[in-house]
Amino acid sequence: MTETTKARFSRLRALAIVFIVIGLLMIVIARLKIDAAQVSTLGFEKFGRQPVPSQLTVTVCGALCALTALAALVLRNARAAGASLAFSLLLVLLGLLTALAQGASIDLVGMLASSLRMSTPIALGAMAGIMCERSGVVNIGIEGMMLAAAAFGFGANLFFGNIWIGVLVAILVGGLMAALHAVLSIRFKTDQIISGTAINILAVGASGFLRRAYLVKAYFVGQTLPLIKIPLLSEIPVLGSVFFRSQPIVYTMLFLLPLLHVVLFYTPWGLRTRAVGEHPRAADTVGVNVFKTRYINVIIGGCIAGLAGAWFSLETVGSFEDVMTGGKGFIALAAMIFGNWNPIGAFLGALLFGFADALQIKLQILNVPLPYQFLGMAPYIVTMIVVAGLIGRATPPAAEGVPYEK
Amino acid sequence: MTAESREMTVQAPAAWIRLVTDLAVPVLAVFTALAIGAVVIWAAKANVVVAYRGLLEGAFGSVRNLTETLVITTPYTLAGLAVALGFRCGLFNIGVEGQFYMGALCSVYVAYAAKGLPVYVHLPLALLTGALGGAMWGAIPGFLKAKLGAHEVINTIMLNYIAVKTVDYLVKNPMLDAAATMPRTPYIQPSAMLPKLLPPYRLHAGLLIAIVAIFVVYWLLWKTTLGFEIRTVGANPDAAKYAGMSVTRNFVLAMVLSGALAGLAGTGEVLGLNHNLPAMFISGYGFDSIAIALMAKSHPFGILPAAFLWAALRNGAGLMQLRAGISIDLVNIVQALVIVFIAADEIIRWLYRIKRRKEEIRELVFTRGWGR
Amino acid sequence: MTLALEMHGICKAFPGVQANDHIDFQLEKGEIHALLGENGAGKTTLVNILYGLYRPDEGRILLNGQEIKINEPRDAITHGIGMVHQHFMLIPVFTVAENIILGTEITRNGLLDRTNAARRIRDFSHEFGLDVDPDAYISDLSVGIQQRVEIVKALYREADILILDEPTAVLTPQEANELFSIMRSLSAQGKSIIFITHKLKEVFAVADRITVLRDGHVIGTTTPREATRSKLATMMVGREVLLTVEKGPPKLGDVVLRIKDLKVKDDRLYMAVDGVNLEVRAGEILGVAGVQGNGQTELVEAITGLRRSVDGRIEILDRETTNASPRQVIESGVAHVPENRQKHGLVLSYPLVDNLVLCSYYRPPFAHGMVMDNEAIDDYGRRLIAEFDIRTPSEYALAGTLSGGNRQKLIVAREFSRASKLVIAAQPTRGLDVGSIEFIHQRLVEQRDAGCGILLVSVELDEILSLSDRIAVLYKGKNIETLPAAEATPEHLGLLMAGIREEKAS
Repeated sequence: MTETTKARFSRLRALAIVFIVIGLLMIVIARLKIDAAQVSTLGFEKFGRQPVPSQLTVTVCGALCALTALAALVLRNARAAGASLAFSLLLVLLGLLTALAQGASIDLVGMLASSLRMSTPIALGAMAGIMCERSGVVNIGIEGMMLAAAAFGFGANLFFGNIWIGVLVAILVGGLMAALHAVLSIRFKTDQIISGTAINILAVGASGFLRRAYLVKAYFVGQTLPLIKIPLLSEIPVLGSVFFRSQPIVYTMLFLLPLLHVVLFYTPWGLRTRAVGEHPRAADTVGVNVFKTRYINVIIGGCIAGLAGAWFSLETVGSFEDVMTGGKGFIALAAMIFGNWNPIGAFLGALLFGFADALQIKLQILNVPLPYQFLGMAPYIVTMIVVAGLIGRATPPAAEGVPYEK
Repeated sequence: MTAESREMTVQAPAAWIRLVTDLAVPVLAVFTALAIGAVVIWAAKANVVVAYRGLLEGAFGSVRNLTETLVITTPYTLAGLAVALGFRCGLFNIGVEGQFYMGALCSVYVAYAAKGLPVYVHLPLALLTGALGGAMWGAIPGFLKAKLGAHEVINTIMLNYIAVKTVDYLVKNPMLDAAATMPRTPYIQPSAMLPKLLPPYRLHAGLLIAIVAIFVVYWLLWKTTLGFEIRTVGANPDAAKYAGMSVTRNFVLAMVLSGALAGLAGTGEVLGLNHNLPAMFISGYGFDSIAIALMAKSHPFGILPAAFLWAALRNGAGLMQLRAGISIDLVNIVQALVIVFIAADEIIRWLYRIKRRKEEIRELVFTRGWGR
Repeated sequence: MTLALEMHGICKAFPGVQANDHIDFQLEKGEIHALLGENGAGKTTLVNILYGLYRPDEGRILLNGQEIKINEPRDAITHGIGMVHQHFMLIPVFTVAENIILGTEITRNGLLDRTNAARRIRDFSHEFGLDVDPDAYISDLSVGIQQRVEIVKALYREADILILDEPTAVLTPQEANELFSIMRSLSAQGKSIIFITHKLKEVFAVADRITVLRDGHVIGTTTPREATRSKLATMMVGREVLLTVEKGPPKLGDVVLRIKDLKVKDDRLYMAVDGVNLEVRAGEILGVAGVQGNGQTELVEAITGLRRSVDGRIEILDRETTNASPRQVIESGVAHVPENRQKHGLVLSYPLVDNLVLCSYYRPPFAHGMVMDNEAIDDYGRRLIAEFDIRTPSEYALAGTLSGGNRQKLIVAREFSRASKLVIAAQPTRGLDVGSIEFIHQRLVEQRDAGCGILLVSVELDEILSLSDRIAVLYKGKNIETLPAAEATPEHLGLLMAGIREEKAS
């Protein structure tokens, strides 16, 4: 068994145990906390709404979760175990939603669509992180790149009166900030965490400066990128509403995911990138230009981060506020670690965080008797748990963070 | 010719030459950053001379301005010390902001809730509680790093957000002063207030605490076994382990002490300045303290001048905004540039032709990837 | 004989060191030319210049009579120069095929054509008798096979000139012989080979011509027929060299180290130490021989508390120290000269005086309670530096400014100045010049004669044979035989290191 397979198994085992515990907890909580008479209504969009007995449903979900997690622990095949764990996760989420929807109703399909939407900046940020880190450059400045892109993209929209130019500018600004990070890390061999932090501070300063100097004067709100319904596909029940009725940046994110995966693992460019991130000297000795590869990957990563920034000010809100990225750039890093530096895995992580975000909003609407501040904390706590839980078992590119000396 | 003669033989330069070249880079970094700031001001169609004059006057122009600068220097010093201590152990404590808040939270509670205590009991108690609050908030990422290898950068950043929201909730609910117009805690008891040093100005005894802290941290790092261990773990954790030191214990200890210092910074603000804790307590000390620690090269004696400089920039920015219409965000930009120039000191060295001394070992690199 | 390669007047300086000083070198077509010299002589620098990893300060390179410029590895590869480095340039998480095609990938419609690549590599490697499995992951392969992959990698790029940098460092004697026959077959096919080594025996086994380097100069070029071992050794070092260490018989005392059925896992969760039994007595040197990667590193780490063991027992001075912390092990009277100097043995950014008290800083007179006594530390440091003759401008100089030999002297000074009963020396002379090697060997014998038990772990058979009183051989995590040094021969040890136990003749 190769090193990576062994490591993967260890990760799965750890997760499986966590889920068994959660499943059992769900059963206990359901019995103790939920009134047997309570009913939750779960909506399935076109299929109408289905009332279910809350306590029973949560108990069943908990039991099934523990069972599927146990299966994952026992199975030999890593893929099957992973799939089983995915089921456990879904069951937990279902149980959670049911418990929260006591005496009220939640539209499951709507939740899914929101989750996808809210996951977009995180997924894009994670992809940016993957590109940088796979080539060996640690990038904690993704938050700053997003922020600056959001600000300057919005500014460009104001200035040129064209929202698409705004998006383009956002992408360029992201790339520019990334270029700065690249120069500091690669040419000047700065500590990469410090240069990433400098980028974040610069972004706060530059975007705040821009806002106070120019954007406040022309208060302009409301214009966002259009919602695009793909004909035919958007009529598919469930999947159609979730995937095919979105705004452009969401579509771009969905398109970039498989593209990045293919590039990284099936093209020469991806091979060289990964080589440079694992063992740059080995790559150097066969003629791969380590510096050039790193520069290009970091800058493209920055452009993707820039697109994520555009999501904030141009696709979602239609204005720019101070520090509107709210830590999503760091959560993107957690998603990247969650996905073990693979785009598809990172997307799943992003979906999870997107779900947490969507849930938080939903709960405020539902008037759940929990202070909104604690709900707001949820994504951050989840991030910490993910990072702490998986970090020992995730395998980052071996040479990341170390400046290359010829 | 034997192998021995091919060694590097280096003449160590005189101590004062070393000091000057060591200082040159940070000073020139600030100067260059300000120069670039001038370009930004010019691009924003404002008057550079008026702007920078406002900056200087706002920082030092009168007794009032000077004492205000010193007021801001106090928390900057403590927060800078916190980050520097972390750096010495190879830890990047970006969680100073969160630890600051938690320290403020804990100390304000003891300060307003405990009634009837004499000042020589109440004040130290409040200070201690504040330090402990910050220490606890620093212990969490410390433990996670020690036991699980989780990188402190993400954890401390997350804890910052969590701290902000926790304080927001607590101040707006159980700790709310019902009579107040804006959400804040009740005012603290007079017996818990830090005395003013120069009435009627706002300068308070927190500055003295900060100065004492500098000496304490210096003594700790270079004169005690604990400090030796912390520095060794930061310089080479593998060698530290080999030598019998417990790397995990030192990580936790360093984060706890660092958090305590940051908590003390928040405590100082509460007990000496505001005398309460408002919900909208914006500090921004997190990033500033990183810049200060870098400028001081993580040495306690460098922290005070660096903190003073930073405070001067912040304080002067207000007047600069008033006089020249340049928003205070410019200071953020200058700060970021200073960090960039110090971290990538090659840029400054190249610009001003300062050569690196032969025996200088490169600065510590903290990034070891995500958790090895 | 046509000249495949000529290097004229090559000079290369690094800060403080002239690594190559007007070097002239000629390589004939189809020959195996050995580049011989001790550690630090400039051999690796020279070939790195040839491969484009460094650029010479002065000098010319001619290939088949034409002058060429080599600015980076790509140029070298284009000119048909291939290199197998001392530390492999292979990516562990990639497959053999991925490592080989990196940089010259085979594609179909822009995507990697893995099946085609695998087929070509299979055919290609078979042609040279160097079969490799294209789909295997490097991290799963043995060191010998990994080296084969490196050679195939070079040949795949149509190298006519092959540079091998200390290739036998990680091989058993048998594997080394296999390598030599591969080299001869390649040379018969017209490839020219430059072979770097510091081991005299190998040069006689396989070289057509020998060039000796010392301190960056070429001392001379000769052939195996004309040269003798001692003549070559003198050329390498510049003076008469004692090829063996003088020592008297051991004065044995009590058992200081006892290891029973020890099992230790490595970082990849494989059982690196699989049931080892060992004993070391006071006054003797027990040499642990074995090829790198058979569990020696993990064994030493387990004894010194740097790694947990999963089963078994370690006793130091009759007290159990299984899974004790490094500090407890040190306080039990153990001195440890670590395998990886930079990583474990020294803090390069600390001054010498601090490094010298790295293991004892918390005890009087260096510290009283929590407070350290810097004066006492400085005095101690000055004394040790003088006693061990460590070359440095000041006791406050940073450890990173010392040369390799002096760094090891620093570590030895620290470890041997403590009152210890057990010394663990892991690869103590790796990468050092002859003068330092002699010094370290002398000190080890001194410690042994003063009543310490010494566990010497080394991959250099000569060192083991000359220093040890008894020898244990580690193979795949097991101590397959322990024998008195007097009975051991290099051939016998070589077989043991490859796992072959001789059947005792009845």
